[in-house]
Amino acid sequence: MTVEPAEPAKAVQVADLSVDLGGRLVLRGIDLQIRQGEVVAVLGTNGSGKSTLIKTVVGLLPAARGEVRLFGTPVPRFRDWRRVGYVPQRITAAGGVPATVYEVVSSGLLSKRRLFTPLGAAGKQAIEEALEVVDMADRRKDAVAELSGGQQQRVLIARALVSGPELLILDEPTAGVDLASQQIFADAIRERVARGTTVVMVSHDLGPMDALIDRSVVMRRGRIVYDGPPHASQTHAHVHHSHTTDDEPGWLPS
Amino acid sequence: MTMFQLEFMQRALIAGLLTGLSAPAIGTYLVQRRLSLMGDGIGHIAITGVALGLLTGSAPVLTAIIVSIAGATAIELVRARGKATGDVALALLFYGGIAGGVLLIGLAGQGAATLNTYLFGSLTTVSQSDLYVVVGLAVAVLIVAIGLGPQLFAVCQDEEFARTTGLRVQLLNLVIAVMAAVTVTVAMRTVGLLLVSALMVVPVATAQQITRSFRSTFITACVIGVAACLAGIVTSYNADVAPGATIVVLALAGFVVAATVGTLLRRRAGRARPLADEEPEIGVPAPEPHVVSAGHPHAHNQECGHKKVEHGDHVDYVHDGHLHAAHGDHWDEH
Repeated sequence: MTVEPAEPAKAVQVADLSVDLGGRLVLRGIDLQIRQGEVVAVLGTNGSGKSTLIKTVVGLLPAARGEVRLFGTPVPRFRDWRRVGYVPQRITAAGGVPATVYEVVSSGLLSKRRLFTPLGAAGKQAIEEALEVVDMADRRKDAVAELSGGQQQRVLIARALVSGPELLILDEPTAGVDLASQQIFADAIRERVARGTTVVMVSHDLGPMDALIDRSVVMRRGRIVYDGPPHASQTHAHVHHSHTTDDEPGWLPS
Repeated sequence: MTMFQLEFMQRALIAGLLTGLSAPAIGTYLVQRRLSLMGDGIGHIAITGVALGLLTGSAPVLTAIIVSIAGATAIELVRARGKATGDVALALLFYGGIAGGVLLIGLAGQGAATLNTYLFGSLTTVSQSDLYVVVGLAVAVLIVAIGLGPQLFAVCQDEEFARTTGLRVQLLNLVIAVMAAVTVTVAMRTVGLLLVSALMVVPVATAQQITRSFRSTFITACVIGVAACLAGIVTSYNADVAPGATIVVLALAGFVVAATVGTLLRRRAGRARPLADEEPEIGVPAPEPHVVSAGHPHAHNQECGHKKVEHGDHVDYVHDGHLHAAHGDHWDEH
């Protein structure tokens, strides 16, 4: 009798998750399992709860019921944040004081840095590589506030990639981004996927990333209504209601 | 005998040097977090601390530290919890601080003159024991502001992202609030409680007229802070006015100069840089790779019967459910 090698822990496990925002149930009983190496798109209209789901997964919002596990550990106890790269939904990457592209990207390494220690050679190398990936190496000394929206988003992607995460979580990475930047993005993500990175992205419109997706999850009013292989009708979140038929795989009774 | 040989001036200049370094250092983080007026609020609260010291006969510097740290912690907790009500709670705290201070000073039987030295700074009142406290606190603030620089930068730049790197964001926010409170007490004897916030904010605002990076803003702000403090103290001695006012007026003059120079520099840089390297703005897609329609049998024109569609700068023809557009001698799929 051979012992089966233990299956690696799921990258993301969401069980019976409900989230309450200011007294309103934004997520209702979400169940979702994402294996390591999967590339999942979370689709849905505004207000369907997809951003809330992502924020709860990375621990920015508390669960009212149920739980989220990252690599097998419940999020409140999860400490291995270097395995996770998060790209928040942002209009701008700038703060109240100027900061360069290099400085913003270097803050992605904090999950690996000890307090009161300078950045090591390995860290500097990682920053250079992340800047190359998003094609921003020549802008490293520019202030982020002076960049276009698409370039700022690329900086935020580089910040998430710099720690070499195993799980990449992106919230609307292509919203308001020009096509040239979207293409650079898709290439950067493709390169990570080839190395086995798990990717979860929320989007209205996947654009050039469409080809990378191997599974899509469609949300509607705080519930998952479709979970299965991507096909054209979902990539633009054209979800039909009252799809309770069993003949089409992936549609869940709502 | 020059003023630099006077013992009280030596103490005032040392205190000024450390204030000039530590106020902009913590101020950079406050400005980045868009909490520029936090120092002002803590300064108001510290007035109650000073008054408490005068009333009870203990050292005002120590009571000011305790009360302002308590106030800063309260501000931070209110900020972290509430949203709309936080604003009002802060205002209540500020007014409570200044009113409580004036009330307690009155009870202590001290006149406006004593309070004034704390509100606007005073050269002659920095005692030897005050100086030790000021040096100790300023050094502590600088060690934290520089040593924890990367962490504090991340928290002030993007709090949500900082949390997903596993940083103890709440704790670091509290560290910033406490450092701001300590800096207020450090700066109390030179610039005074009502103007301390100016020394936290104005050098930073000045520096960012000409800088692009966080690090250079931080360093430039500290240099400007030191220059303004030392020059202000010397001017204050010669003109016999409150040092706080001269320091802040000098710092503001520096801001006006930097803003003018910064505008001129940017205008020149804008002219020097060609437009060619600018990327298309958001919403304007780059030209898509064009697909040539294979073996197109006929030329579309006004009379061919295919529906015409305006498409930006040209006309497309609907042909079997897709669009054709003229491109030189062939037809493109649009």
